Amino acid sequence: MIEVENLTKRYGDLVAVQNISFSAEKGQILGFLGPNGAGKTTTMRIITGFLPASGGTVRVAGFDIFEQAHEVRKRIGYLPENPPLYNDMTVWSFLSFVGRIKGLSRTEIPEAAERTIQRCGLKGVSKRLLGHLSKGFRQRVGLAQALIHDPSVLVLDEPTIGLDPRQIIEIRSLIRDLSGERTVILSTHILPEVAQLCDKVVIINRGRIAVEDTIENLTAGRSLEQVFLQYISRDDTEHEMEPTPGATA
Amino acid sequence: MRNIVAIAGKDLRSYFTSPIAYVILTGYLLLAGWFFFNLLANFNQMLMAYMTFDSPEMLEALNLNEWVIAPLLHNLAVVLVILVPMLTMRSFAEEKKSGTYELLMTSPISVAEIVAGKFAGGFIFLFVLVALTGLYPLILMWFGDPEVGVIVSGLLGLLLLGASFVAIGLFTSSLTDNQIIAAVSCLVVLLLLYIIAWPAQSAGDMLGPFLRYLSLTEHFNELVKGVIDTRDIVYFLSVIVLALFLTLRSVESMRWR
Repeated sequence: MIEVENLTKRYGDLVAVQNISFSAEKGQILGFLGPNGAGKTTTMRIITGFLPASGGTVRVAGFDIFEQAHEVRKRIGYLPENPPLYNDMTVWSFLSFVGRIKGLSRTEIPEAAERTIQRCGLKGVSKRLLGHLSKGFRQRVGLAQALIHDPSVLVLDEPTIGLDPRQIIEIRSLIRDLSGERTVILSTHILPEVAQLCDKVVIINRGRIAVEDTIENLTAGRSLEQVFLQYISRDDTEHEMEPTPGATA
Repeated sequence: MRNIVAIAGKDLRSYFTSPIAYVILTGYLLLAGWFFFNLLANFNQMLMAYMTFDSPEMLEALNLNEWVIAPLLHNLAVVLVILVPMLTMRSFAEEKKSGTYELLMTSPISVAEIVAGKFAGGFIFLFVLVALTGLYPLILMWFGDPEVGVIVSGLLGLLLLGASFVAIGLFTSSLTDNQIIAAVSCLVVLLLLYIIAWPAQSAGDMLGPFLRYLSLTEHFNELVKGVIDTRDIVYFLSVIVLALFLTLRSVESMRWR
């Protein structure tokens, strides 16, 4: 469903992402892990077509994101780190607007908005202004805007950040419900979340893939924390011993 | 097309759900009313004075178009130079700051549709402003006898001028995520284009006419005088198209930066 091949992204001299490859199958939830600044957000932004890549290819649902960007965008729902909300709109009018620019027809929109509002637990606030909503509701509206056009791929950048424990549990169960037919990529710093939700883990460090495997294989007899720290630190010592070409530039 | 309408509608709604639209409308109409009142009072005074001279030729030379409507339109053009940057400063800068830019740019709509939609939204708001300006000439027609053709041509001029301002404002807003920078740089560009012909008289045979051609004021002035010349219309349309093209490029450039 999602195939990332030799993806590289440079900002001037800075190499944000270097030659990474991974893939996610239909119905999988892929957990994207890594320390801050490892390149998670950059990778997600490239997959969603927000940023161009410096090299490599990404295919989503069989479409190349650079050659057939339009087709890809119709099939992707994206929740950036800060939910993209217009504070002066109500939940309902915002979701109708998003439905329109995502290509739903006028007649489909009320039903789609109703369905997403139901699904994301926004029933009571559908007439409220987005600017007046609490963090938890804003996050849910963010998820709702990613879902309204029923995309086959969901890209969620730290979907549970800044939420209280109860909200985290709600969002997690929502994400689990949403998988099934869809492919979900989510990035997070909360390791137990990955263990609970994801079928597959990609750990990225300093713009490179440290490991890509299923949860079962990785955690055989160990906790995910141990695995994470092992891969992150191993990469660090390698870097100290042999400087990469990107780092010297 | 439906995407353009969606973006334009969204922007228009956001003008009116925030106080921006009301503040701009009120401020504009307040200033326009004040200008109108003073110009008319002035006109009246002159009329009285000329009547005591009892010279029909001088009275003939006094007409509402030239002494009330034309200066009113010129004053309002200056008001637009200041107000339009504040209207357009949000258009792209705010989207970038609040992260909604990511939503727009990852949706199946083209950059051209986004730019066209935003221009359409701003233009419709401007159209409302200019249409409301038409109230003052209407009052004159009730009591006096101004030339309607000249009024229409002047209002068309104001609309074209304002539309160029909107397009330039979109461009400066697309360059930054800071609204103040967007507004100030737009204001500077507009003022420059407004006064660019000042040194034209002493600038020589080559540069002088060129500066005059660039000047928004010169072309606007022709329309206010009631001369609808294709050259002036083409000038304004070129400014709009060029500014929108630059906006398009600046938004797209994010993709290869």
